[in-house]
Parts: sequence; C-alpha cells; structure tokens
Amino acid sequence: MTETPIRLTVNGVPRTGQCVVRKLLVDFLREDLALTGTHVGCEHGICGACTVLVNGQAARSCLMLAVQADGAEITTVEGLMQNGALHPLQAAFRRHHGLQCGFCTPGMLLTALDLLRVKPDPTEAEIREGLSAVLCRCTGYHGIVKAVQAAAPELRAAAPWPDRRSP
Amino acid sequence: MASGSWIGRSVERVEDGRLLTGRGAFIDDHPPVSNLSHAAIVRSPHAHARIRGWDASAALAMEGVVGVITGRDVAASCKPFGVGVTAPVHYYPAATDKVRFVGEPVAVVVARDRYLAEDAAEAVVVDYEVLPAVVDPEKALEPDAPILHEAVGSNLAGHRRLVYGDPDRAFAEAEVIVRERFRFPKYASTPIETYGVIARWDGLDGVLTVWSNFMGPFIMHPLVARVLGLPENRLRFIVPPDIGGSFGIKSSIYPYLALIGLAAMKLGVPVKWIEDRREHLLASSSGTDRVAWREVAARNDGTIVGMRFKWFDNVGGYIRSPEPGCSFRPTGNFVGPYRFQNLEVDASVVMTNKSLTGPNRGYACGHLYFETERMIDLLAERLGLDPVEVRRRNLIDRASFPYRTPTGGLYDSGDYAATLDKALVLAKYDELRREQARARAAGRYYGIGLALAVDPSVSNMGYVATALDPQFRAKPEYLPKSGAVDSATVKIDPLGRVIAILGTTPQGQGHQTIVSQIVADELGVAPRDVTVVDEMDTFTRVWSISSGTYSSRFGSVGTSAVALAARKLKAKLVEYAAHLMGVTPGEVEFRDGGVHRTSGKATPYSIKDLAGRAHWNTESLPEGMEPGLAATAVFGFSVARAVDAEDRVNSSNTYGFIAEVMAVEVDPDTAAIKIVKYVTVHDAGTIINPMIVEGQIYGGALHGLGGALYEELAYDDDGQLLTGTFMDYLVPTASEAPDIEIAHVVSPSPLTTLGSKGLGESSSMTVPAVIANAVSDALRPLGISITELPMTPTRLHDLITRARSSASEPRPPRSGHPRPEPASPTPLQ
Ligand code: FES
Ligand code: FES
Repeated sequence: MTETPIRLTVNGVPRTGQCVVRKLLVDFLREDLALTGTHVGCEHGICGACTVLVNGQAARSCLMLAVQADGAEITTVEGLMQNGALHPLQAAFRRHHGLQCGFCTPGMLLTALDLLRVKPDPTEAEIREGLSAVLCRCTGYHGIVKAVQAAAPELRAAAPWPDRRSP
Repeated sequence: MASGSWIGRSVERVEDGRLLTGRGAFIDDHPPVSNLSHAAIVRSPHAHARIRGWDASAALAMEGVVGVITGRDVAASCKPFGVGVTAPVHYYPAATDKVRFVGEPVAVVVARDRYLAEDAAEAVVVDYEVLPAVVDPEKALEPDAPILHEAVGSNLAGHRRLVYGDPDRAFAEAEVIVRERFRFPKYASTPIETYGVIARWDGLDGVLTVWSNFMGPFIMHPLVARVLGLPENRLRFIVPPDIGGSFGIKSSIYPYLALIGLAAMKLGVPVKWIEDRREHLLASSSGTDRVAWREVAARNDGTIVGMRFKWFDNVGGYIRSPEPGCSFRPTGNFVGPYRFQNLEVDASVVMTNKSLTGPNRGYACGHLYFETERMIDLLAERLGLDPVEVRRRNLIDRASFPYRTPTGGLYDSGDYAATLDKALVLAKYDELRREQARARAAGRYYGIGLALAVDPSVSNMGYVATALDPQFRAKPEYLPKSGAVDSATVKIDPLGRVIAILGTTPQGQGHQTIVSQIVADELGVAPRDVTVVDEMDTFTRVWSISSGTYSSRFGSVGTSAVALAARKLKAKLVEYAAHLMGVTPGEVEFRDGGVHRTSGKATPYSIKDLAGRAHWNTESLPEGMEPGLAATAVFGFSVARAVDAEDRVNSSNTYGFIAEVMAVEVDPDTAAIKIVKYVTVHDAGTIINPMIVEGQIYGGALHGLGGALYEELAYDDDGQLLTGTFMDYLVPTASEAPDIEIAHVVSPSPLTTLGSKGLGESSSMTVPAVIANAVSDALRPLGISITELPMTPTRLHDLITRARSSASEPRPPRSGHPRPEPASPTPLQ
C-alpha cells in the first residue's frame, strides 16, 4: 500500500513521518513517533484513553487518521512536563491519588486540561461532566475530581499551558 | 525520620511519576524483541456450530501475511486445558471441532502489521454447520436443550450438594421461613487496557518466552506448559512493570498465552497480539450470571437458625479454570458475618452458549452477599423488625475470634458489631429513618439499605477441590491442594542502597510504594531510598503455585514476605555489626538505620558502613556467615489447608469486614435512583497506606455500582452479544460516581507479619446488596422487592408501572422477577 508523508508538530517539536492513509493517528503517534504515552482502550471513541490535544482542543486520536493531522499541532501526555517538573495538573493527580493503573491517565489529563481551558473555574458537577468523556475503571473518579478541583486555581494563576495555538 | 513511622501514612506513590508523564511500560509500549509480526484472531460469528473445515488459502496469498494457524493445528499440537471438574470438557486455546460461543477463536492470522493481519483474517473461510443455541442456565438443563459437549452428555459441568450442621432440622424447627429467587447478571470489570501477548519461540533451545499483562503465573503456568507440551523450565512468562487494570479479568488471559505461543512456535516468528475492545467484550472474561434460590429459617426474634442456598452458575461455553470458583471460592465465608450453624448449598455449574467466566472483582462474593443481605432484609420485613436489629442479633461476637465457621473458614480477627455501629453513627441512621418517614408522608420514595460482608482475601488454593466429590478426593491417586504463598527479596548493594524485589504483578495497586514504606520502616531509611522492582519473570523470581496478584493477596501475603525478608536482612546486619564491635548480638540493637550498642559508648554502624565492609571485605564477616547482603523470604499461611472430608475448607487466609449504609431516593416517573448517602466502613487490619486503601474502596464501590445499575453482557436467545461496544456496555463515568464516606476499624490480623489484610475487592461485593436493599426499601409502598440486577431504568420503570397500575387491587408483594418459583426444586443429581 502506498504511503503518504505527514508533517506535524508534536509537543512543540516538528515531526515528519510516512504512513498508509488508513493508519489511525494514535497508531502513528505510538508506532511511528514512539510516543507510547497515548493509550488505546477501545478504538471506537468511547473510553477517551487516546485523547490528545489537536490544535489545542481535546480529540480522540483513535477516531482520526494520521493523514488528517497533517499540519496540526498535537500535544500528548509526553509534552506536559516543563523544565523537568510536573505540570501542576500532573502534580495534583499525584497528590490526590488521581490514578491507579495509569492507563486512562494520559487521556484524563488532556481532557481535564481542555476542560480547564474552556471553564477555568468549574463546579464539581461541571468537572464530573467534563471528565465523563474518559472512562477510568480503577479510581472511582474520586481522586481525579479532587485533583482537577485542586489544579484549577493553580492554572488560573499561572500562564495558560499548553496553549500553543488556541483554537 | 525514626523507624516505624512510614506505615500508616498516605505516602505519595512512586509509580505516579512515570505514569503521569507517559513513561509507563505497558505490554503494548516497548517491544521486547525486534522483528515482531502481528496477530489477528479469527472468531466465531455463531454461538453454537460444528466446524466442517477451514480454508486459509486466500488469506495466505494476501499482502504481508506470514502464516495462519487454525483449530486444526491446535488439535494436532495441543492438549486441552485441565479443568476444575471431572466432567470431560475439552477446552483448547481455539475451537477444534465445534464453536460454543460467539467470539470463540477459530484461527490466528499473523502478518507484517496488525492492519494487514485484520485484512487477511476476514479472508479465512470457516465452514460452519450452525446448531441451536442456549444461553439461559435453566433452559440449558431442560431435557430437550441443545448439548454443548456431547462427551459430557448434559450441560451440567458440575454439581455439589454441601451440607453443614443439620439444615433439615433447622428448617423443621424454624418459626419463620423466608424464600426468594434471585438473578445476578453477567458483568465484567473491563480494564481500560485490554489483553496483550507477545511470544517468541527459540527453536534451538526449545524455549518459549511469553510476555503478557497476565496477573499470574499461579496455576496457569503449569497448565499452559502442559497444553503446549513444554517442560516448565522451557516456558518463560514475563510480565511488564505496568498493567492497565485487571480486577481479576486478566487472570483469564492464559488461553491466549498458549494460542499466541503456538503461533510463534508454528510460524517461527515472534508474534504480538493486542486484544481490541470488541474482542474483549466478546470473549475475555466476566463473572457468572446466576439464578439463585434462597431460604432462611429463623426464630420470631430474628435469630437465624439455618439457610439453604441453591444456584445455577452460568460459566459459558466451556468451564475454564479457576472456575467453578464462581460457586466455591467463598466456601469458608458462606455464612458471612452471621453465627448460624446449619447450611445446605446446592451448587450447579452450567454451560451455555455465552462467553467464558472467571474471577471478576469480588469473585462470587457480589453474588453471595446480594442474595444473603436481601434475605436478611426480607426476614426483617416479615418479622416487622428493623434490619439493623436482625443483623445485630446474628453477628459473630467479638470475643469469638479467631472464629471457625461451619464451612471451615477461620476468621482471623474482627469486631463486626463495632464496625456496624460505626457505619450507623456515620450515616446518622436514626436521622435517615426520620427523613424517610417525612419523605413517605410526602409521597416520595426514599429508602435505606444496609449490607454487611466478610471480605475474604488471599484465596487458599485448596478451595478449588470443593468442586470435587469427597469420594473422588479420597482416592489414593488424588493429590490434595492447599496454600497461599508469596516471596520477596531485599538486598543492600555495596554503597548501602536498598533494593526490594517482588514477583507480584500489580495492576494499579501501588505495590512499589507500599513495599518502600515497609522496607523503610524495617531498615530505618526513607521510602524514596528504597528501589522496588516488581516484574514477574518465572525464570528469575522465586515463585510458587499461588504466586500472582489476585484475590487481594498482596495486602496480606506479599507485605508479610517483604517484611520478613527485611527482618532477615536486619538480623544479619545486627550479627555482623556485633562481630565488628566485638560484642554479642544481644548487646546491640538496630534502630535509626544503623546498629547501636544498647549500653555503653560505641560508634554505631550505619547500613552504608556495614554494606561497604561486607561487600568490599568479606574477611571482616564473622566465621560461618554467608557472604552478601540479601535475604529472600517465602511467606505462607499455615491455616491454608486442603478441603476436608466434610467439605470444610478455609478458602481464604485473612478475612476483613465491611459494613455499609446507603440511602436512596427513587423517582417513580423516570426510575432514576439518586444516592443520597453512602457510608462504608472497612476493617482490613493494619492499614499501610490509607490513600491507596481508600482508592481501592472508591474503585471497588464503583464496580459494584456498575454491576448493580448499568453493566450487563446481554445476549439474545441465539447467543449473539448485544453489548459489544462501550456504547452499549455502560461503564459508570465520573457523573455517575456517588459521594462516599469512608471510615475504618482496625482489627490487626494475628496471621500476617504486619497485621494487614487484603482489601482490593472491597465494596465491589457489597454495593449490589446495599443498593438493592435501599431501592427495595424505597419502593416498599409499591410492594416492589428487588431480586434481579442490574436495576436498569427500563427494568425498574417496568416494575413501578406494573405496581402502580395494579395498586388498587390487593395483592402480594411483587418480586423483581415475574415468575414465581418453587423455593428449592429437587437436586439435580
Ligand atoms: S481508544 Fe479512543 S476513545 Fe477509546
Ligand atoms: S487509573 Fe486505571 S483506568 Fe484510570
């Protein structure tokens, strides 16, 4: 099968690759770019484990073809740390036990970031609704909700990040 | 930090750094070998069919295809898996003659990449002769039901009637008898990471290495070795450091270890297979669906004198080990927290054309306590007593521990009444009852439920033999089974750094963190100074037949092994330091990360100091001391005994306790259930990390809630799965998760090194019961009693509508299941 060249920016770094048209973005990220932080939980758009930011907005990388991301700016979980320190949201997940197995966590983090960008001061119900885009089977969501609540004021106080290109 | 101060603290997890930054090491992440080929599994579209033949020629001609193996190869090269019953059920890694459930593997296509493998999988032709299917366990036992396994002759995989005490007499003398029939659904905790297997065959040395996110090895390593005809020391299981959740479900991955292993052996290439979600829902594993009949015999004051259990457990198309654990796993705690001595259990294990079952969080205890706790409420209702009072009247007394149950369980410690009281106080039970009175007066449907459960942890392998007749077990060639063992190694390297090595396979439970806390306390260092390695590798770890991370073992047996290994090492350090000081070991003590003279002045020796000397100058060791600073401990429970001739078995080794109170309000128009209050109190002995413990409780509770309200692997009458995606199989999201108030009572276990007990399954086993009791209590004015789960809005709405439409006519209370059944039909065998 013929392959198509792809150019995109991932976590601020320009990347190029080549793949068949039918290849999913998540497979391209994991296999071609070796960014295995983004996980696959269902491949049908429900579990949210594969969520990344595409041009600043949360998107299911299992429902996109890699060729559709040509020219896009992608943020994956690998891009959240800054200067070797955990992003405030990551740190809050750690403090509040927002993860157990960690498999949903990358999708959860990026979904929460998107939520806090759109709604910097969400109520608990809004957090729960926003996070209902991602399934977690370990935590019962308690620690995750607490972490997002704790991180919200910190993110409001800090410069918005990652927000390289707001939609 | 003084020693002894890390246990009991919510230390942040060492696992989190890598998992939060995308650097976890899950099975799908880092290929352990290069040049991998990728497998796609061809699966049966039929629930029941005879296979007339396979034709892989078109698939073999397709781009990138390396090879295909079919059920024919499986039949030629494999033995069937051992099963836990005497019925001749031949279960292979893929179908060899018939398919017996939709999704059963029939062939494996291996290609250059997964996309190409899936293309070719569609081109494999399997010629089926479709047969009638049966999915209902009651129908499967009817005389004209289609037979799945001709060699068995019926769909009954096994049946046992277990009698403890004198139930007939208890029932004859009872002042009141309550009977009910229940249905428990087939659901699965569906970890977000699916199964994954990578296999490499080294033909020259004859070694098969299999990497997978398996929670074993336990009994499955010898099983797979036998199926593939490999000596045990030529079959290597390796489990990567991170597993994306399991909840028991990944214990059933082992048929794929054999199947993908066989593909690698046959095709001569390393093969990788990652299950997709549809495959997972179709064919991984789930708990059993069960039809149960219950009877309680009691006195008018609410004292229970006996119970009868009867059930049909539906294990699907074959019986896959460790089933029939669905029926027997809780044998030792069949009576729960209650004192009654007379019990009859009539357990039938039935095969139907559904997917196979296995351990699912709370293995069989969700079923057990749903039935028992509903019965207690029904008894209370019949007697006009408060459900709290009936429970109190029957609880095992604090002074009776260790308590031997009539079924052979040995409850190690507990204070059930105090735990219940704590839950009632926290929930403000009396205030809830007042609120209920106000709500009812206003025409609202408000109810309060309770549930109590003995939470068994660390299965004793011996329980599986309860499925076999005592006469069979008495044969001289029968080998009794018992045990619950885990090992750990603690070592100190030449510069004084501590490494702990485990053979557990954690799936999110934070073993590395917990072990670092334990070792820190034992050796007087900080947890961050302890490196913990826990990757199972059957070639390098010390393991035994019960090794693995299942049945909430780590909190009891894994922690004990680690503490013992650290203590062994500490004893060596003490002896060595005393030798260096020229005194006897009795004159020194270990504290604050070093060895000190108990009296008199002498410079203490730090661990670093001792490690340096011991490693760099072995001449300094006392005469006869083994060089090196490493200690391995293998911890086992002496209370893990084989099942006796009277079918009594201590099926677990430590037993925690759970008391829960829930208040709900039901909207009669939408059938929506609102959880107003939910309190759960746990006694898991000594708590090592409260944060991790509470995380297990939150997660377990939501699994229970999923099974009680939303989740069901539903089939139509032809055996087609109706809930094959996450669109249809409804997993609770953050919006469905209730507020939970958690509290603890601590009754340290006398059997474990640190007094801790397992708690991983926790409220998954109580929530179905507590919410069914609460909803039944709410809907009592309508005469509705919940006897069937899940309480989906449709099902509940149906009950409410029917109850309301006939509200004007006087009638007996309506059961959640429309068909009235005889309480205890004639036993099957
Ligand atoms: S893997 Fe993309 S939503 Fe589940
Ligand atoms: S932490 Fe395991 S699925 Fe969310």
